[in-house]
Amino acid sequence: MCDQTFLVNVFGSCDKCFKQRALRPVFKKSQQLSYCSMCAEIMATDGLHENQTLASLKSEAECLKGKLEEERAKLHDVELHQVAERVEALGQFVMKTRRTLKGHGNKVLCMDWCKDKRRIVSSSQDGKVIVWDSFTTNKEHAVTMPCTWVMACAYAPSGCAIACGGLDNKCSVYPLTFDKNENMAAKKKSVAMHTNYLSACSFTNSDMQILTASGDGTCALWDVESGQLLQSFHGHGADVLCLDLAPSETGNTFVSGGCDKKAMVWDMRSGQCVQAFETHESDINSVRYYPSGDAFASGSDDATCRLYDLRADREVSIYSKESIIFGASSVDFSLSGRLLFAGYNDYTINVWDVLKGSRVSILFGHENRVSTLRVSPDGTAFCSGSWDHTLRVWA
Amino acid sequence: MAQELSEKELLKMEVEQLKKEVKTPRTLISKTGKEIKDYVEAEAGNDLLLKGIPEDKNPFKEKGGCAIS
Repeated sequence: MCDQTFLVNVFGSCDKCFKQRALRPVFKKSQQLSYCSMCAEIMATDGLHENQTLASLKSEAECLKGKLEEERAKLHDVELHQVAERVEALGQFVMKTRRTLKGHGNKVLCMDWCKDKRRIVSSSQDGKVIVWDSFTTNKEHAVTMPCTWVMACAYAPSGCAIACGGLDNKCSVYPLTFDKNENMAAKKKSVAMHTNYLSACSFTNSDMQILTASGDGTCALWDVESGQLLQSFHGHGADVLCLDLAPSETGNTFVSGGCDKKAMVWDMRSGQCVQAFETHESDINSVRYYPSGDAFASGSDDATCRLYDLRADREVSIYSKESIIFGASSVDFSLSGRLLFAGYNDYTINVWDVLKGSRVSILFGHENRVSTLRVSPDGTAFCSGSWDHTLRVWA
Repeated sequence: MAQELSEKELLKMEVEQLKKEVKTPRTLISKTGKEIKDYVEAEAGNDLLLKGIPEDKNPFKEKGGCAIS
Protein backbone atom coordinates (compact mmCIF):
# COMPACT_ATOMS: atom_id res chain seq x y z
CA MET A 1 0.00 0.00 0.00
CA CYS A 2 0.99 3.67 0.21
CA ASP A 3 2.92 3.51 3.47
CA GLN A 4 5.33 0.73 2.82
CA THR A 5 8.87 1.44 3.84
CA PHE A 6 11.55 0.18 1.62
CA LEU A 7 14.85 -0.87 2.99
CA VAL A 8 17.49 0.22 0.59
CA ASN A 9 20.15 -2.45 0.34
CA VAL A 10 23.56 -0.93 -0.05
CA PHE A 11 26.41 -3.31 -0.60
CA GLY A 12 29.89 -2.29 0.20
CA SER A 13 32.78 -2.39 2.60
CA CYS A 14 31.74 -2.20 6.27
CA ASP A 15 33.31 0.79 8.00
CA LYS A 16 34.26 -1.39 10.95
CA CYS A 17 35.29 -4.83 9.71
CA PHE A 18 35.84 -3.88 6.06
CA LYS A 19 34.12 -7.05 4.84
CA GLN A 20 31.86 -6.85 1.81
CA ARG A 21 28.35 -6.99 3.24
CA ALA A 22 24.91 -5.45 3.05
CA LEU A 23 25.29 -2.22 4.93
CA ARG A 24 22.96 -0.15 7.06
CA PRO A 25 23.45 3.44 8.30
CA VAL A 26 24.66 3.76 11.85
CA PHE A 27 25.21 6.94 13.91
CA LYS A 28 28.23 7.23 16.15
CA LYS A 29 28.74 10.58 17.93
CA SER A 30 26.52 12.24 15.31
CA GLN A 31 28.66 10.98 12.46
CA GLN A 32 27.01 8.66 9.91
CA LEU A 33 28.84 5.41 9.16
CA SER A 34 27.89 2.26 7.27
CA TYR A 35 28.12 -0.98 9.23
CA CYS A 36 27.27 -4.55 8.28
CA SER A 37 24.51 -6.12 10.36
CA MET A 38 27.02 -8.01 12.54
CA CYS A 39 29.00 -4.90 13.53
CA ALA A 40 25.77 -2.94 14.00
CA GLU A 41 24.57 -5.57 16.53
CA ILE A 42 27.89 -5.42 18.39
CA MET A 43 27.76 -1.65 18.50
CA ALA A 44 24.22 -1.69 19.86
CA THR A 45 25.21 -3.98 22.74
CA ASP A 46 28.43 -2.02 23.38
CA GLY A 47 26.31 1.10 23.61
CA LEU A 48 24.21 -0.67 26.17
CA HIS A 49 27.32 -1.52 28.19
CA GLU A 50 28.50 2.05 27.87
CA ASN A 51 25.27 3.31 29.38
CA GLN A 52 25.34 0.67 32.05
CA THR A 53 28.88 1.61 33.05
CA LEU A 54 27.95 5.31 33.17
CA ALA A 55 24.91 4.60 35.31
CA SER A 56 26.82 2.28 37.62
CA LEU A 57 29.61 4.83 38.02
CA LYS A 58 27.07 7.49 38.89
CA SER A 59 25.44 5.33 41.52
CA GLU A 60 28.87 4.33 42.88
CA ALA A 61 29.76 8.01 43.20
CA GLU A 62 26.48 8.74 44.99
CA CYS A 63 27.02 5.78 47.28
CA LEU A 64 30.57 6.92 48.13
CA LYS A 65 29.37 10.45 48.80
CA GLY A 66 26.82 9.04 51.21
CA LYS A 67 29.51 6.96 52.91
CA LEU A 68 31.75 10.04 53.19
CA GLU A 69 28.92 11.96 54.87
CA GLU A 70 28.39 9.10 57.30
CA GLU A 71 32.08 8.92 58.20
CA ARG A 72 32.22 12.67 58.70
CA ALA A 73 29.08 12.66 60.83
CA LYS A 74 30.69 10.21 63.25
CA LEU A 75 33.19 12.88 64.29
CA HIS A 76 30.51 15.50 64.81
CA ASP A 77 30.06 14.85 68.49
CA VAL A 78 29.85 18.47 69.52
CA GLU A 79 29.52 21.96 68.01
CA LEU A 80 32.46 24.39 68.04
CA HIS A 81 30.50 27.02 69.97
CA GLN A 82 29.74 24.40 72.63
CA VAL A 83 33.45 23.72 73.06
CA ALA A 84 33.88 27.48 73.43
CA GLU A 85 31.05 28.02 75.90
CA ARG A 86 33.32 28.91 78.76
CA VAL A 87 35.40 31.32 76.71
CA GLU A 88 34.87 34.93 77.66
CA ALA A 89 32.62 36.86 75.33
CA LEU A 90 34.24 39.68 73.42
CA GLY A 91 33.60 43.28 74.32
CA GLN A 92 32.82 46.16 72.05
CA PHE A 93 35.22 46.77 69.23
CA VAL A 94 36.35 50.17 68.13
CA MET A 95 37.99 49.82 64.78
CA LYS A 96 38.31 52.83 62.57
CA THR A 97 39.70 53.66 59.21
CA ARG A 98 43.18 54.97 59.95
CA ARG A 99 44.36 55.46 56.40
CA THR A 100 42.59 55.81 53.08
CA LEU A 101 44.75 55.02 50.05
CA LYS A 102 43.50 56.95 47.04
CA GLY A 103 44.97 56.78 43.61
CA HIS A 104 43.42 53.94 41.66
CA GLY A 105 41.30 55.05 38.76
CA ASN A 106 38.89 52.18 38.98
CA LYS A 107 37.75 49.24 41.15
CA VAL A 108 40.39 47.82 43.47
CA LEU A 109 40.35 44.05 42.95
CA CYS A 110 43.17 42.66 45.06
CA MET A 111 45.78 43.60 47.62
CA ASP A 112 48.59 42.03 49.63
CA TRP A 113 50.84 43.10 52.49
CA CYS A 114 54.61 43.09 52.40
CA LYS A 115 56.34 41.18 55.21
CA ASP A 116 57.62 44.53 56.50
CA LYS A 117 54.06 45.16 57.76
CA ARG A 118 53.81 48.54 56.16
CA ARG A 119 53.96 48.21 52.40
CA ILE A 120 50.93 47.16 50.41
CA VAL A 121 50.52 46.18 46.78
CA SER A 122 47.12 46.62 45.15
CA SER A 123 45.72 46.02 41.68
CA SER A 124 42.77 47.46 39.87
CA GLN A 125 40.34 47.08 36.99
CA ASP A 126 42.10 49.89 35.16
CA GLY A 127 45.23 47.77 34.79
CA LYS A 128 47.31 49.64 37.37
CA VAL A 129 49.29 47.94 40.10
CA ILE A 130 50.45 50.26 42.89
CA VAL A 131 52.82 49.73 45.82
CA TRP A 132 51.96 51.96 48.81
CA ASP A 133 53.58 52.83 52.10
CA SER A 134 50.58 52.46 54.37
CA PHE A 135 52.09 54.57 57.16
CA THR A 136 52.52 57.66 54.97
CA THR A 137 50.00 56.75 52.20
CA ASN A 138 52.69 57.55 49.63
CA LYS A 139 52.78 55.61 46.39
CA GLU A 140 56.19 54.05 46.00
CA HIS A 141 55.81 52.23 42.71
CA ALA A 142 53.22 52.04 39.98
CA VAL A 143 53.06 49.88 36.88
CA THR A 144 50.47 49.65 34.16
CA MET A 145 49.64 46.14 33.02
CA PRO A 146 48.84 45.49 29.36
CA CYS A 147 45.40 44.20 30.36
CA THR A 148 42.47 45.44 32.41
CA TRP A 149 40.98 43.59 35.40
CA VAL A 150 44.16 42.74 37.26
CA MET A 151 42.42 40.34 39.60
CA ALA A 152 45.41 39.03 41.46
CA CYS A 153 48.51 40.51 43.01
CA ALA A 154 51.00 39.35 45.61
CA TYR A 155 54.08 40.61 47.41
CA ALA A 156 57.22 38.46 47.34
CA PRO A 157 58.46 37.29 50.75
CA SER A 158 61.69 39.24 50.30
CA GLY A 159 59.77 42.43 49.58
CA CYS A 160 61.81 42.88 46.41
CA ALA A 161 59.22 41.90 43.84
CA ILE A 162 55.50 41.71 43.17
CA ALA A 163 53.44 39.36 41.05
CA CYS A 164 50.18 40.17 39.30
CA GLY A 165 47.85 39.06 36.54
CA GLY A 166 44.27 38.94 35.37
CA LEU A 167 42.60 38.97 31.99
CA ASP A 168 45.94 38.48 30.29
CA ASN A 169 45.77 34.81 31.53
CA LYS A 170 49.30 35.22 32.86
CA CYS A 171 51.06 35.85 36.12
CA SER A 172 53.99 38.24 35.74
CA VAL A 173 56.69 39.11 38.25
CA TYR A 174 58.08 42.65 38.52
CA PRO A 175 61.24 43.25 40.53
CA LEU A 176 60.87 46.41 42.62
CA THR A 177 63.56 48.93 42.04
CA PHE A 178 64.19 52.25 43.71
CA ASP A 179 66.19 53.55 40.81
CA LYS A 180 64.13 56.41 39.40
CA ASN A 181 65.63 55.94 35.97
CA GLU A 182 64.58 52.34 35.64
CA ASN A 183 61.29 51.49 34.08
CA MET A 184 59.61 48.80 36.16
CA ALA A 185 57.70 47.42 33.20
CA ALA A 186 60.95 46.74 31.35
CA LYS A 187 62.04 44.10 33.85
CA LYS A 188 58.74 42.24 33.74
CA LYS A 189 58.97 38.46 33.69
CA SER A 190 56.04 36.34 32.52
CA VAL A 191 55.90 33.29 34.73
CA ALA A 192 52.54 31.54 34.52
CA MET A 193 50.41 30.83 31.48
CA HIS A 194 46.84 29.70 31.85
CA THR A 195 44.10 29.27 29.27
CA ASN A 196 41.76 31.61 31.08
CA TYR A 197 41.92 34.56 33.48
CA LEU A 198 44.21 34.53 36.49
CA SER A 199 42.08 34.82 39.64
CA ALA A 200 44.68 34.46 42.41
CA CYS A 201 48.40 34.16 42.91
CA SER A 202 50.74 33.72 45.85
CA PHE A 203 54.47 33.25 46.35
CA THR A 204 55.37 30.17 48.34
CA ASN A 205 57.94 30.47 51.14
CA SER A 206 60.47 32.04 48.78
CA ASP A 207 60.62 34.37 45.81
CA MET A 208 61.37 31.35 43.63
CA GLN A 209 57.97 29.73 43.29
CA ILE A 210 54.48 31.01 42.59
CA LEU A 211 51.14 29.29 43.01
CA THR A 212 48.34 30.42 40.70
CA ALA A 213 44.59 29.83 40.36
CA SER A 214 42.70 30.39 37.14
CA GLY A 215 39.34 30.63 35.46
CA ASP A 216 40.43 27.59 33.47
CA GLY A 217 39.59 25.42 36.48
CA THR A 218 43.14 24.58 37.51
CA CYS A 219 45.80 25.71 39.98
CA ALA A 220 49.48 25.50 39.15
CA LEU A 221 52.89 25.82 40.77
CA TRP A 222 55.60 27.61 38.73
CA ASP A 223 59.32 28.22 39.00
CA VAL A 224 59.81 31.97 38.75
CA GLU A 225 63.29 31.94 37.21
CA SER A 226 62.57 29.57 34.33
CA GLY A 227 58.80 29.98 34.05
CA GLN A 228 58.54 26.19 34.15
CA LEU A 229 55.36 24.48 35.32
CA LEU A 230 56.31 22.41 38.36
CA GLN A 231 52.94 20.92 39.25
CA SER A 232 49.36 21.33 38.16
CA PHE A 233 46.24 20.69 40.19
CA HIS A 234 43.14 19.40 38.44
CA GLY A 235 39.87 18.65 40.12
CA HIS A 236 37.70 21.73 40.23
CA GLY A 237 34.71 21.50 37.95
CA ALA A 238 34.66 25.23 37.21
CA ASP A 239 36.68 28.45 37.61
CA VAL A 240 38.99 28.52 40.62
CA LEU A 241 38.58 31.90 42.33
CA CYS A 242 40.94 31.84 45.29
CA LEU A 243 43.75 30.03 47.02
CA ASP A 244 45.74 30.19 50.24
CA LEU A 245 48.94 28.45 51.28
CA ALA A 246 49.14 26.61 54.59
CA PRO A 247 51.26 28.37 57.24
CA SER A 248 54.79 27.09 56.66
CA GLU A 249 54.98 25.02 59.83
CA THR A 250 52.15 22.76 58.79
CA GLY A 251 53.56 21.43 55.57
CA ASN A 252 53.13 21.59 51.88
CA THR A 253 49.45 22.05 51.29
CA PHE A 254 47.17 24.77 50.01
CA VAL A 255 43.43 25.27 49.80
CA SER A 256 41.49 26.55 46.79
CA GLY A 257 37.88 27.59 46.29
CA GLY A 258 35.87 27.80 43.10
CA CYS A 259 32.67 28.40 41.21
CA ASP A 260 31.85 24.73 41.62
CA LYS A 261 31.10 25.54 45.30
CA LYS A 262 33.95 23.29 46.37
CA ALA A 263 36.88 24.04 48.63
CA MET A 264 39.75 21.63 47.95
CA VAL A 265 42.91 20.99 49.92
CA TRP A 266 45.91 19.92 47.81
CA ASP A 267 49.26 18.28 48.43
CA MET A 268 51.73 20.52 46.62
CA ARG A 269 54.25 17.80 45.91
CA SER A 270 51.97 15.12 44.47
CA GLY A 271 49.35 17.35 42.90
CA GLN A 272 46.65 15.27 44.58
CA CYS A 273 43.57 16.61 46.28
CA VAL A 274 43.59 15.35 49.86
CA GLN A 275 40.27 16.70 51.10
CA ALA A 276 37.28 18.38 49.50
CA PHE A 277 34.33 20.19 51.01
CA GLU A 278 31.10 21.00 49.25
CA THR A 279 28.76 22.68 51.71
CA HIS A 280 28.53 26.17 50.27
CA GLU A 281 25.55 26.99 48.10
CA SER A 282 27.33 29.25 45.66
CA ASP A 283 30.75 30.33 44.36
CA ILE A 284 33.52 30.43 46.95
CA ASN A 285 35.24 33.79 46.57
CA SER A 286 37.86 33.57 49.26
CA VAL A 287 39.64 30.94 51.37
CA ARG A 288 42.05 31.57 54.22
CA TYR A 289 43.90 29.16 56.52
CA TYR A 290 43.43 29.44 60.24
CA PRO A 291 46.70 30.67 61.85
CA SER A 292 47.44 27.22 63.35
CA GLY A 293 46.96 25.54 59.97
CA ASP A 294 44.39 23.07 61.30
CA ALA A 295 41.39 24.74 59.73
CA PHE A 296 40.41 27.23 57.06
CA ALA A 297 37.62 29.74 56.47
CA SER A 298 35.76 30.49 53.27
CA GLY A 299 33.60 33.35 52.06
CA SER A 300 30.95 32.79 49.42
CA ASP A 301 28.30 34.36 47.21
CA ASP A 302 25.76 32.50 49.34
CA ALA A 303 26.29 35.28 51.93
CA THR A 304 27.91 32.96 54.47
CA CYS A 305 31.41 32.37 55.73
CA ARG A 306 32.24 28.90 56.99
CA LEU A 307 34.97 27.30 59.04
CA TYR A 308 36.25 23.85 58.04
CA ASP A 309 38.28 21.79 60.48
CA LEU A 310 40.88 19.79 58.55
CA ARG A 311 41.44 17.12 61.18
CA ALA A 312 37.75 16.48 61.79
CA ASP A 313 37.34 16.69 57.99
CA ARG A 314 34.13 18.73 58.13
CA GLU A 315 32.53 22.15 58.32
CA VAL A 316 32.35 23.15 61.99
CA SER A 317 30.87 26.62 61.92
CA ILE A 318 28.76 28.91 59.73
CA TYR A 319 28.93 32.68 60.06
CA SER A 320 25.71 34.10 58.73
CA LYS A 321 22.73 36.25 59.60
CA GLU A 322 19.36 36.55 57.96
CA SER A 323 20.03 40.23 57.43
CA ILE A 324 23.17 39.50 55.44
CA ILE A 325 22.10 38.67 51.92
CA PHE A 326 25.07 39.81 49.86
CA GLY A 327 28.02 37.64 49.04
CA ALA A 328 31.22 37.66 51.08
CA SER A 329 34.11 38.46 48.78
CA SER A 330 37.09 38.19 51.08
CA VAL A 331 37.98 36.76 54.51
CA ASP A 332 40.96 36.80 56.87
CA PHE A 333 41.71 35.89 60.49
CA SER A 334 43.19 38.04 63.22
CA LEU A 335 46.53 36.82 64.62
CA SER A 336 45.06 34.54 67.30
CA GLY A 337 42.29 33.29 65.07
CA ARG A 338 39.61 34.58 67.41
CA LEU A 339 38.27 37.10 64.91
CA LEU A 340 37.26 36.57 61.30
CA PHE A 341 37.07 39.69 59.17
CA ALA A 342 34.88 39.40 56.09
CA GLY A 343 34.28 41.94 53.34
CA TYR A 344 30.91 41.85 51.61
CA ASN A 345 29.26 43.02 48.42
CA ASP A 346 26.91 45.24 50.46
CA TYR A 347 29.90 47.55 51.13
CA THR A 348 30.36 46.45 54.75
CA ILE A 349 32.94 44.46 56.70
CA ASN A 350 31.58 42.09 59.33
CA VAL A 351 33.74 40.95 62.21
CA TRP A 352 32.87 37.47 63.52
CA ASP A 353 33.76 35.70 66.75
CA VAL A 354 35.22 32.51 65.28
CA LEU A 355 34.63 30.39 68.39
CA LYS A 356 31.12 31.50 69.32
CA GLY A 357 29.83 32.00 65.79
CA SER A 358 28.37 35.45 66.47
CA ARG A 359 29.02 38.78 64.82
CA VAL A 360 30.89 41.22 67.05
CA SER A 361 31.08 44.25 64.85
CA ILE A 362 30.06 45.73 61.52
CA LEU A 363 32.30 48.30 59.85
CA PHE A 364 31.05 50.91 57.44
CA GLY A 365 33.11 53.19 55.28
CA HIS A 366 33.46 51.87 51.80
CA GLU A 367 31.13 53.26 49.18
CA ASN A 368 30.99 50.19 47.04
CA ARG A 369 31.67 46.44 47.24
CA VAL A 370 34.57 45.33 49.41
CA SER A 371 36.55 43.13 47.05
CA THR A 372 39.65 42.23 49.02
CA LEU A 373 40.75 42.14 52.66
CA ARG A 374 44.00 41.11 54.39
CA VAL A 375 45.25 41.34 57.95
CA SER A 376 48.79 42.72 58.26
CA PRO A 377 51.59 40.18 58.93
CA ASP A 378 51.91 41.16 62.59
CA GLY A 379 48.18 41.54 63.15
CA THR A 380 48.22 45.22 64.09
CA ALA A 381 45.81 46.26 61.37
CA PHE A 382 43.95 45.04 58.34
CA CYS A 383 43.47 46.54 54.91
CA SER A 384 40.39 46.40 52.71
CA GLY A 385 40.12 47.25 49.02
CA SER A 386 36.89 48.20 47.31
CA TRP A 387 35.13 48.90 44.04
CA ASP A 388 34.96 52.50 45.31
CA HIS A 389 38.59 52.82 44.03
CA THR A 390 40.11 53.11 47.51
CA LEU A 391 41.86 50.98 50.08
CA ARG A 392 41.35 51.49 53.80
CA VAL A 393 43.62 50.49 56.65
CA TRP A 394 41.72 49.73 59.84
CA ALA A 395 43.11 49.41 63.34
CA MET B 1 41.12 20.46 31.65
CA ALA B 2 37.81 19.10 32.80
CA GLN B 3 36.19 19.91 29.46
CA GLU B 4 38.48 17.59 27.51
CA LEU B 5 37.50 14.40 29.32
CA SER B 6 34.40 12.34 28.58
CA GLU B 7 31.66 12.10 31.16
CA LYS B 8 32.70 8.53 31.94
CA GLU B 9 36.33 9.50 32.57
CA LEU B 10 35.27 12.39 34.80
CA LEU B 11 33.07 10.07 36.82
CA LYS B 12 35.86 7.51 37.12
CA MET B 13 38.16 10.22 38.50
CA GLU B 14 35.46 11.32 40.90
CA VAL B 15 34.88 7.78 42.15
CA GLU B 16 38.62 7.21 42.66
CA GLN B 17 38.92 10.50 44.56
CA LEU B 18 35.89 9.73 46.74
CA LYS B 19 37.30 6.28 47.59
CA LYS B 20 40.47 7.99 48.83
CA GLU B 21 38.58 10.59 50.79
CA VAL B 22 36.42 8.06 52.62
CA LYS B 23 39.63 6.60 54.06
CA THR B 24 40.92 9.95 55.42
CA PRO B 25 41.81 9.71 59.12
CA ARG B 26 39.52 11.93 61.18
CA THR B 27 39.39 13.23 64.74
CA LEU B 28 36.44 14.09 66.95
CA ILE B 29 35.37 17.73 66.99
CA SER B 30 35.40 17.73 70.79
CA LYS B 31 39.15 17.24 70.47
CA THR B 32 39.96 19.41 67.45
CA GLY B 33 37.57 22.15 68.55
CA LYS B 34 39.30 22.25 71.88
CA GLU B 35 42.67 22.57 70.16
CA ILE B 36 41.38 25.53 68.16
CA LYS B 37 40.08 27.12 71.35
CA ASP B 38 43.41 26.48 73.11
CA TYR B 39 45.31 28.04 70.23
CA VAL B 40 43.14 31.15 70.38
CA GLU B 41 43.59 31.51 74.12
CA ALA B 42 47.34 31.06 73.84
CA GLU B 43 47.71 33.65 71.10
CA ALA B 44 45.07 36.11 72.28
CA GLY B 45 47.70 38.06 74.19
CA ASN B 46 49.55 38.85 70.98
CA ASP B 47 46.49 39.68 68.95
CA LEU B 48 46.44 43.46 68.74
CA LEU B 49 43.23 43.66 66.77
CA LEU B 50 41.59 41.69 69.56
CA LYS B 51 43.05 43.47 72.57
CA GLY B 52 43.17 46.92 71.10
CA ILE B 53 46.32 48.97 71.09
CA PRO B 54 47.05 52.18 72.99
CA GLU B 55 46.98 55.17 70.65
CA ASP B 56 50.57 56.11 71.24
CA LYS B 57 51.82 52.67 70.22
CA ASN B 58 49.61 52.36 67.17
CA PRO B 59 51.70 52.76 64.01
CA PHE B 60 48.56 53.85 62.23
CA LYS B 61 47.54 56.49 64.71
CA GLU B 62 46.25 59.78 63.32
CA LYS B 63 49.02 61.96 62.13
CA GLY B 64 49.62 65.25 63.90
CA GLY B 65 46.77 67.52 64.89
CA CYS B 66 45.75 68.53 68.38
CA ALA B 67 43.43 66.79 70.73
CA ILE B 68 40.84 69.02 72.25
CA SER B 69 39.51 67.50 75.41
